Amino acid sequence: MSRPVLSVKDLTITYNSSAGPVPAVRGVSFDLAVGESLGLAGESGCGKSTLANSLLRLLPEGTVTSGEVTIDGQDLFALSPGGLRAVRWTTGAIVFQGALHALNPVQTAGRQVCEPMHIHETVASDDEARARSRQLFERVGLSANLLEAYPHQLSGGQRQRVLIAMALACDPQLLIADEPTTALDLMVQAQVLALIAELRKESSLSLIFITHDLSVLTYVADRLAIMYAGRIVEQGPSLDVFQNATHPYTKALAAAFPTIGDPASRRAPSGLAGDPPTPGALPPGCPFHPRCPLAEDRCSTIEPDLRSSGPGREAACVLI
Amino acid sequence: MSAIVSLRDVSVHFGSSRAVDGVSVDVKPGEVLALVGESGSGKTTLIRAIQGLQPVTSGEITHTPAPGARPAGSDRSRGNRGVQMIFQDPTGALNPRQTIYEIVAEGLRIRKESKDEAARVARALSRAGLRPPERFFPMYPHQISGGQRQRVVIAGAMVMEPDLLLADEPVASLDASIRGEILALMLDLVGETGLSILVVTHDLGLAWNIADRVAVMYLGRIVELGPTEQILGSPKHPYTRALLSVVPETNRMEQQILTGEIPDSRRIPVGCRFHPRCPLFQSGTLPDEVASRCITEDPDQLDSSANWSVACWAVAAEGKPEDGSVGA
Repeated sequence: MSRPVLSVKDLTITYNSSAGPVPAVRGVSFDLAVGESLGLAGESGCGKSTLANSLLRLLPEGTVTSGEVTIDGQDLFALSPGGLRAVRWTTGAIVFQGALHALNPVQTAGRQVCEPMHIHETVASDDEARARSRQLFERVGLSANLLEAYPHQLSGGQRQRVLIAMALACDPQLLIADEPTTALDLMVQAQVLALIAELRKESSLSLIFITHDLSVLTYVADRLAIMYAGRIVEQGPSLDVFQNATHPYTKALAAAFPTIGDPASRRAPSGLAGDPPTPGALPPGCPFHPRCPLAEDRCSTIEPDLRSSGPGREAACVLI
Repeated sequence: MSAIVSLRDVSVHFGSSRAVDGVSVDVKPGEVLALVGESGSGKTTLIRAIQGLQPVTSGEITHTPAPGARPAGSDRSRGNRGVQMIFQDPTGALNPRQTIYEIVAEGLRIRKESKDEAARVARALSRAGLRPPERFFPMYPHQISGGQRQRVVIAGAMVMEPDLLLADEPVASLDASIRGEILALMLDLVGETGLSILVVTHDLGLAWNIADRVAVMYLGRIVELGPTEQILGSPKHPYTRALLSVVPETNRMEQQILTGEIPDSRRIPVGCRFHPRCPLFQSGTLPDEVASRCITEDPDQLDSSANWSVACWAVAAEGKPEDGSVGA
């Protein structure tokens, strides 16, 4: 296998709050191959967005990070400010959720798409940037006359497409999408997911797709990593993990998205008692044990590491 | 059995915008009816009208209290007590400076029903699964979890002993694992108290989880209405079919991704309002006499008394769905 575009080893991220240190990510490791798509799923506070932001060093000042992140062969944490600027947009680009707030309300969509090209000097002239932004708009399925539109004149789906066009402006190898479809309607979500699938088919773009919606990930991700309380608790091929989860948390999460037509979930919504833990106050042992239907005595003292749970699969549970 | 709430040709227009444009539907006693559709389909406007918070432009909404229920209030500004609403975001719906007790008792206090207040608040909390209720009385919203906050919102509605609960995306802002708990609670409430629930959602899985019937709304009109098994198992209307095809689970059917978004309700297309996006119409395979109706004639509203009805000229030309009627 060729060199991975992204390699994360034992990454730990701790925020400093007035109430003390808050461990948001607690020892996460994974590799992402060129052209591969990884889905990161979990609930609020599981650390998935923190992880995404850390991959381009977008975390707030004062956050304590340890471990290693290698992006396109470069040590992310050793990069100079100049080197970091070069990595952002050109090597890795991020698409955030909430497309309304991520765009500048007083600039046209076209100008915002041109901006990273100017900053990174990937184009020689204004004309070239404009030509490229027209191309990008076409690629994401937007009509060229929307280049002159302001964000408030666009619909939610159109704004999300503008953000994707912007992220693609400097032809990155890695696209990080943080809940890009969460605020969108079903049909518009389908349009955006189809667009992302198409972009991946056209190029060797690698993708990290973050969402709480497991069912979306079976569609866009080759591999799935489930996070709970700052750690990956299960990973493997996406459909395999969704349909045959081994970790009790993954099972509960997968069951929360019913298969329409399946008599087992008809008039039988499935959920878990309790809430995801707050990162500042994790339970001892396996952080899932207070909600786990299978918990045993030892679970309150042992925090299990990932171990093999099948071909290409790992899970962190003492019962495996 | 007569309907709890009956809508006859209800329209809500805002100037030239026809947000709700001729809706007839009944909510039966003890049923969960899911109103599904995308943003801009008019579903939120419709439930505001049912609650009495949004005057209707034309048509009629009749609320018939369940036998034995207290008479409905007539004061529009306070809404109808027999009809209570729960909102999407429990954190935004709760006043952070009020205790759980005060939040749940608020409806009673507004209506000056101070008799047995504490007992009624306790009963509502307990019904919403917050037990023992007295433990929650002095707590503030920030001291409880997200799932419990949504239960408090539900208790605040249940304290009024409604016969109809309107729920606008009740689990959309909740974590996936909590979602099931709240939906199970809603089913329990129906089983225990016999109330009806009209739930507005874009989540077809939610409808599969709890709804007896599904109404599919497009651009101000219900285009298909019937039992959940039929609507989600073998939908007839091309819009319902397309919606179902893009539910991202296992790929049971070929995806039909519609282009564009719901048109502006100020410019509802002439003829069938769906025809500019309709895969069936756009395919060019419809017989000429059907296709020409699609672009000139608005399919009639659905027959709300039928078991399963569809507003589509192509379906009408094909024949009626099993023991149902076609609104055309």
